[in-house]
Amino acid sequence: MEKPHYEPPKQSAFGQLFDSLFLLVLVFAALFTPLYLKLAGGGKVDVTVADKSTWAGLGQNAVQSAQWEKLGFHPDTAAPLITSRFDYSFSPLELAITAIVVIGYFMLLFAFSKREYIEVIEERFGKK
Amino acid sequence: MTQTTAVHGEKISLLRVLGPAHVWALGVGIVLVGEYMGWNFAVGKGGAIAALIACWAAGLLYTCVAMIDSEVTSTVAAAGGQYAQSKHIIGPLMAFNVGLYLVFAYTMLEAANAITLGYLVQTVGQMAGFAEAHDKPFIVLTIVFLAWLNYRGVYATLTVNLILTAIAFIAVVILFMGVKPWSTELLNHKEILNGLPYGWIGVLASLHFGLWYYLGIEGTCQAAEEVRSPARSLPLGTMTGIMTLLIAATMTWYLCSGLMPWEYLGQATTPLFDAARLTNSTPLMVLLFIGTMFSTLASANGCINDASRAWFSMGRDRYLPTWFGAVHPKNRTPFRAIVFLVPVALIFAYFAPLDQVITFSILSGLLEYTYMSIQVIFFRRMWPLDSIKRGYVHPFHPLPALVLLAICSTTYFAVFLGYGTQLVAMMVFFIVASLWFHFHRYKYVRRGDQFTMNWPRPVGY
Repeated sequence: MEKPHYEPPKQSAFGQLFDSLFLLVLVFAALFTPLYLKLAGGGKVDVTVADKSTWAGLGQNAVQSAQWEKLGFHPDTAAPLITSRFDYSFSPLELAITAIVVIGYFMLLFAFSKREYIEVIEERFGKK
Repeated sequence: MTQTTAVHGEKISLLRVLGPAHVWALGVGIVLVGEYMGWNFAVGKGGAIAALIACWAAGLLYTCVAMIDSEVTSTVAAAGGQYAQSKHIIGPLMAFNVGLYLVFAYTMLEAANAITLGYLVQTVGQMAGFAEAHDKPFIVLTIVFLAWLNYRGVYATLTVNLILTAIAFIAVVILFMGVKPWSTELLNHKEILNGLPYGWIGVLASLHFGLWYYLGIEGTCQAAEEVRSPARSLPLGTMTGIMTLLIAATMTWYLCSGLMPWEYLGQATTPLFDAARLTNSTPLMVLLFIGTMFSTLASANGCINDASRAWFSMGRDRYLPTWFGAVHPKNRTPFRAIVFLVPVALIFAYFAPLDQVITFSILSGLLEYTYMSIQVIFFRRMWPLDSIKRGYVHPFHPLPALVLLAICSTTYFAVFLGYGTQLVAMMVFFIVASLWFHFHRYKYVRRGDQFTMNWPRPVGY
């Protein structure tokens, strides 16, 4: 049985502008909020070294220190790069929440899409 | 050749003028810049050995992506690539999300390219004695000029990409030969490599930026409606593209990890250019300066092309305001979509740090690959092999889909290690955007028009 053809409403110019701006604001909010709140980027810690003023103290061998110098670094300027490390400690609760958000998102996506897809198929091929 | 397609009754359509070489140039052109910058943040997250393991794991992920993509794209050949595929296989909301993944992945990559190009010009300018050289004007100039080129026409755009990409690839090969990989005169892996500074968790974490070696290769199918023979050109261009990238990634890792201490390499903005500096060879430095410039330009160029096609397709299908679905009457390009995305790229290139911009691009790609692994299982179930004509059938199904899903899941954890806030912020954005689409925007969508392929009714519907 043929499903009646759905005729969408016509969107006004203001409505089109509003929808475009809404998406734009959403994009900037999602991407800049972590930056603005200084939550972006990995947590870093400093490792302890023997002596920040010498290559040997920074744990660099002769070949490594020669390359640092060719790149224009001295022990003092290279020390922040050498001693900085990502902090990979994490809370299992945070991991679980993140996993739930990602999995929940895909479940929502597939469930709503299926509902819409059935309408598409019924209009294209008729009701089963 | 000016063959046109008439879709949804549009009087003006995109031109079918591209061949397999353009498809290769579009795919590799977007991605090759990943060897010039960004991949090395994987070294920062886990050390050089971890980055190599990430390079291989990501290579496996993208081989699965290329296999799956070649089958689905050669069967669903329409502008928008994965976006058009999801409309036919999963449904409008999924298609809307996939369209956004594509726009984000490419627009952020475009911004990353502009940042790198600006940084390089500033660095070389300062080396040449121009202490006041500043990156910002070059960032703006790059984005605006390439947007104008895209506005003018796709053939010229991708022909320029073909030339820039070929030169950038040759530059990597020449540098690799220039460091004499058969000797220890310049490379000294034994003294420079230092194992796994973070242990095995660093290997997992580095998978995050490992994707950057290849991110965007799936962009080849964005040109599906502008390719003369999609069933032949798309699989050929994509598969040769991934092979080119595997070779370039291996060479890049080998020469950089043998020249630079991992602590420097892990945060460098232009690692291949730095590698050339360490050879003390002026011709190699000039060549890699040109290679980095060309690779960023080719990538940004391809990104504008792909992001605007995805945005245009969504406008044409009413997922976004229909105003975006217009084709330029003379240039036959999606000109409004191109212009609209310019300020978005500019704002990110201007205000956001490189690793953040890259992370947002990677996350968009990761969501897309996760979806692709599920989509191909639906595709085979809804239209079994003998029910529709496929341009290419990928082997060992469902193994590539399962491997892809497993590597994607691991990569989410890799992103969580260090960039968990961005991951959650991105997911919140997509959840809000999905609710907005389902409860508001979907009412403007013509239901039956979402399925344009001449296929039988899908099994189970």
